[in-house]
Amino acid sequence: MNGIHDMGGMHGMGPIAVREDERPFHAEWEGRAWGLIRAAGPFGPARRRNFRYEHEILPPAQYLQMQYYERFIKLLVDRLIAAKLLTQAELDSGRADQASPKFTPRVTPANVAEQLARRRSLRRDDLRIAPRFRVGQGVRARNINPVGHTRLPRYMRGHRGTIVADHGIFDFQDTDAEGYTLPDRPQHVYTVSFSARELWGETANARDTVHAELWEEYLERA
Amino acid sequence: MANEADKPVGRRKFLSDAAAGTAGLVAAPNMRSPEEAEGQAREQDQGHQAAPSDVALRVKALESILVEKGMIDPATIDAVIETYESKVGPRNGARVVARAWVDAAYRKRLLADGTAAIGELGYGGAQGEHMVVVENTPAVHNLVVCTLCSCYPWPVLGLPPTWYKSAPYRSRAVIDPRGVLREFGVTLADDVQVRVWDSTAEIRYLVLPERPPGTERMTEEQLAALVTRNAMVGVAKVPAPRGAAA
Repeated sequence: MNGIHDMGGMHGMGPIAVREDERPFHAEWEGRAWGLIRAAGPFGPARRRNFRYEHEILPPAQYLQMQYYERFIKLLVDRLIAAKLLTQAELDSGRADQASPKFTPRVTPANVAEQLARRRSLRRDDLRIAPRFRVGQGVRARNINPVGHTRLPRYMRGHRGTIVADHGIFDFQDTDAEGYTLPDRPQHVYTVSFSARELWGETANARDTVHAELWEEYLERA
Repeated sequence: MANEADKPVGRRKFLSDAAAGTAGLVAAPNMRSPEEAEGQAREQDQGHQAAPSDVALRVKALESILVEKGMIDPATIDAVIETYESKVGPRNGARVVARAWVDAAYRKRLLADGTAAIGELGYGGAQGEHMVVVENTPAVHNLVVCTLCSCYPWPVLGLPPTWYKSAPYRSRAVIDPRGVLREFGVTLADDVQVRVWDSTAEIRYLVLPERPPGTERMTEEQLAALVTRNAMVGVAKVPAPRGAAA
């Protein structure tokens, strides 16, 4: 979707907080929030909306104003409420209602290390699909404007680039208009190099490039 | 599960104080102006301790509810924090970079197959399944961003810094990478090529920075200590050690 999250190329977002140290959390609540999100693990129905889509459909003002871990916690709460595992009454009182439904955590102190380290590759080494494009070939990012989740940033659409790598076959991550992953569309993912001038015009440095990995169906022959 | 009467009074008081804030998680966002956001970032930046915010209280209350219901074990949360504070962080990436600086064969393997070479040092897993390492040289400077969200190579760099996830960096890194670099204190000559890598899919990037001059006699361990997180994202160069002739 053409949401506020797709911000590559926008102006006016202000200065970067460049002096941040290397600690992962800068307030106790940030660590607790991230721990809660990871400890909650999978719960609720197996067919779940794409989590990134759930971030993307937040109202733009809210998306920009919320802190990062705050946004994750809000979405965790929304999911818990939708799954009827948490009630508004519990949130209002700050106390658990022992009669309300619960789930047994799948992430525990005994398996948390293994859960955190788990690989989740979307690459489909089990499939053989001939690539439509080869390294060195000129392509154009299609001008598409899907309303669901997509990994084709707006700033690349309609622009010409060159395939510089073929990473093999990956499950497609785009969703339908409700945020559910489109099934059965594994395809090649390529790194495409765009010249900065192609994307941003004549004021860009002629040497500079921007690369992205793009699923095959985002591309057409140029 | 203990009933209400068994709980320390302090906790009940805390929870009732926090309750209004918890409700706010659903009802309304914590509205902040960009100026306040930047001020807060600056405050964090300078290591100032802020008073407990609404969001801190809301997170604490949510944890209390879920723990009380047996849906989360607080020890699991502790273990997650411990993992990212002391095991999975940019020191891992620094060891990869230092190895590449001292071992030409390793460097070659790292640039050819990042995932496998990083795995040789014992690093891998979530958000490092498909690693590509890009090398800075006197002629090429690489910069990594995720314009759509916050994709980042966790096994080698840990969790992303706030600025990496923030609108100012995500919006400008692709359209004005040289301006972003200047903001971080790096000025590149016009004839240096800037390559920006927007992590849109499943590949995660690590920048192999240039080895600074004056480090010829340093051990691998000493070199690793010089390597910064920012240099491995591509927003900084690795500084020469103090006293080294540049």
